[in-house]
Amino acid sequence: MTDTPQADVSARQSILDRIRTKQVHSAPLPTIDFQRVQSFDDPLDRFAQSLVSVGGQAHMVDSVNDVKPIMDQIPVFRDASQIVSLVPECIRGTVDTAAIHDPHTLSDVDWTIARGEFLVAENGSIWVDGNTLPHRVLLFIAQYLAIVVPKSEIVATMHHAYQRIEGFDGRFGIFVSGPSKTADIEQSLVLGAHGCRKLQVFIVDQM
Amino acid sequence: MGYASKRTITFHFLSETRYRAVPVQLSLHAFSFRFDFMLPIVEHPAAAKAFVTDPNRSRWHDQALWFVRSKRDLQAGSIPEWEYLRETASAIKTHTIANLGDYLEQFERNATARGAIVHWARDGEHHNQIVLKILQQHRAHRIVKSKSMLTEECGLNHYLEDNGIDVVDTDLGERIVQLRGETPSHIVLPAIHIKKEEVGDTFHKHLGTDEGASDPKYLAEAARGDLRDKFLAGEVGITGVNFAIAETGGFVICTNEGNADLGTSLPRVHIACMGIEKLLPRQQDLGVFTRLLARSATGQPITSYTSHFNGPRDENSELHIVLVDNGRTKLRESETFRAAMHCIRCGACMNTCPVYRRSGGHSYRATVPGPIGSVLSPTRDANTYKSLPYACSLCGSCSDVCPVKIPLHHQLLAWRGELVGKKLLPRSKRWSMAMASLLFRSPRMFALSGKIGRAALRILPRWATHNRFNKWTIARELPLPPNESFRQWHRKHRSK
Repeated sequence: MTDTPQADVSARQSILDRIRTKQVHSAPLPTIDFQRVQSFDDPLDRFAQSLVSVGGQAHMVDSVNDVKPIMDQIPVFRDASQIVSLVPECIRGTVDTAAIHDPHTLSDVDWTIARGEFLVAENGSIWVDGNTLPHRVLLFIAQYLAIVVPKSEIVATMHHAYQRIEGFDGRFGIFVSGPSKTADIEQSLVLGAHGCRKLQVFIVDQM
Repeated sequence: MGYASKRTITFHFLSETRYRAVPVQLSLHAFSFRFDFMLPIVEHPAAAKAFVTDPNRSRWHDQALWFVRSKRDLQAGSIPEWEYLRETASAIKTHTIANLGDYLEQFERNATARGAIVHWARDGEHHNQIVLKILQQHRAHRIVKSKSMLTEECGLNHYLEDNGIDVVDTDLGERIVQLRGETPSHIVLPAIHIKKEEVGDTFHKHLGTDEGASDPKYLAEAARGDLRDKFLAGEVGITGVNFAIAETGGFVICTNEGNADLGTSLPRVHIACMGIEKLLPRQQDLGVFTRLLARSATGQPITSYTSHFNGPRDENSELHIVLVDNGRTKLRESETFRAAMHCIRCGACMNTCPVYRRSGGHSYRATVPGPIGSVLSPTRDANTYKSLPYACSLCGSCSDVCPVKIPLHHQLLAWRGELVGKKLLPRSKRWSMAMASLLFRSPRMFALSGKIGRAALRILPRWATHNRFNKWTIARELPLPPNESFRQWHRKHRSK
């Protein structure tokens, strides 16, 4: 590479030229037939099962008021001092993110309580819209993560999930499935690799 | 056989004396596995010998991967439309690769509109130069990198280190091999060849963990602590890309550890490096691929994190996307091997391959080992990698598990045909094939040699067949000679 922008242009052109000199014909792009995709009689049950299988914990609660009592039973929450809550109607946080500009200062956050948009039954994942996060890093830097999702918001498979976020225009969005994990040492599963050590999911009936 | 490596290569002479007797042929076979680019000719059987003949390691490795393969089967079996998904994924990729020029331009346009800066790299060297230049512009010296087979392919780490930049691989498996001065032996499970006791030794040396400690939980926790500091100190985050979406200009990264997310949500600059084949036309196509990827790779329903990046993090951040060719447009020109561009790097073909499972990833001396690596590597350099298409029993299991339906074993067979055409086979093989061809064309010669063969099996002493000149008999016994030939049997029964 040389320092001039033209050099990049020439690489671009040569790559595109090489592709275009070899014409390849193909069938048109297929689109998934939703009739052929699996569905579940009880999607919530399937979600909970899937979440457990990936190391997360699901809690079915009636209202946002029921979240705190359950959290209070978790020792690492009771002892936590740095809590960021993006769902203040459930849990009141101890860290005000409005005052924070540099994400590095969030390095000692114990818990993040985040808002999930919807659940995916087949794999126990939750879509989190980056626009709900004042700092993207909150999902990953906290030692523990809780996500609160309305019960009515559930889709069967990833096809339905992408149908639902069709046209998503945010800078960041993520399917979170279970806590961070690794099996890189002799295939032994260890929860809590770089991101959260545990994941609590609250599925709220009236929200 | 030229020695083109830029670095010092350690020669591992095979230890058994009988091999030393023919140094011209065999001493070239086994090199240390640090550098896979510009290496002399790879002889897979010799390169695999140490691993295969270590009964503990080979068997243990085999079982570890078979366990992963079994998990994949459970997941695949739980989805009634699994085959439909594979067909659709294959059709999407076929269409995308055919129309790659249009989709690349569309991606560039949309990514740029979202504020990303798109770079195009001809080859690995060019890619490395582009990345270095971005780092220099930001005066960045501490880089946190998440897993990217592309940057492995380009040799980015060494290039940056040579230019005074500290690169930390943050995927635990990649960190382990980095600290050990090795390369990944598997594209999804980089440290699958290393035992926990060895990880313990490495961490004791580099991270100060207790001597002799080998509990995976303890070791992973130590790495978490160490890498947290690296994440916080990182000035630029480099990642790979799992899928890039032409219609949105965004891309998706899948990890279990959350390292790509942590590495890109702290520093202001994110460099995403991708091969040009990573493109998908539409966001909805992700529905197909996210269902297939983790299930095929590790037997999980989905990775812990499936992150969608659309443009830089905010107005004060930068996102660079480097689109890399490095031989991909050349591969696209081949009717026979084009489908190899479908590959989504799940590693399912490795986990199922009976040769890979027993010989270990380093025996392929290539960034991408296993069946897909044996197809891709010879397209890069047919002479260097000519033994890889033979590291295969043509059992076809790789083609059966491939989520994007690459006809891997057909391609491996096709490679053998190409290599014969290019006269790249060793003389011993070419001559014996020519002899066999002569023999099969002459019924009298065939009958005669059969007779000689049967007699030889009966009377030749063992040393005449099992000696250092006959590699075929190293692990094989000769059959008992039949009492009569088929011709004799046929004559007898027909005359009745």
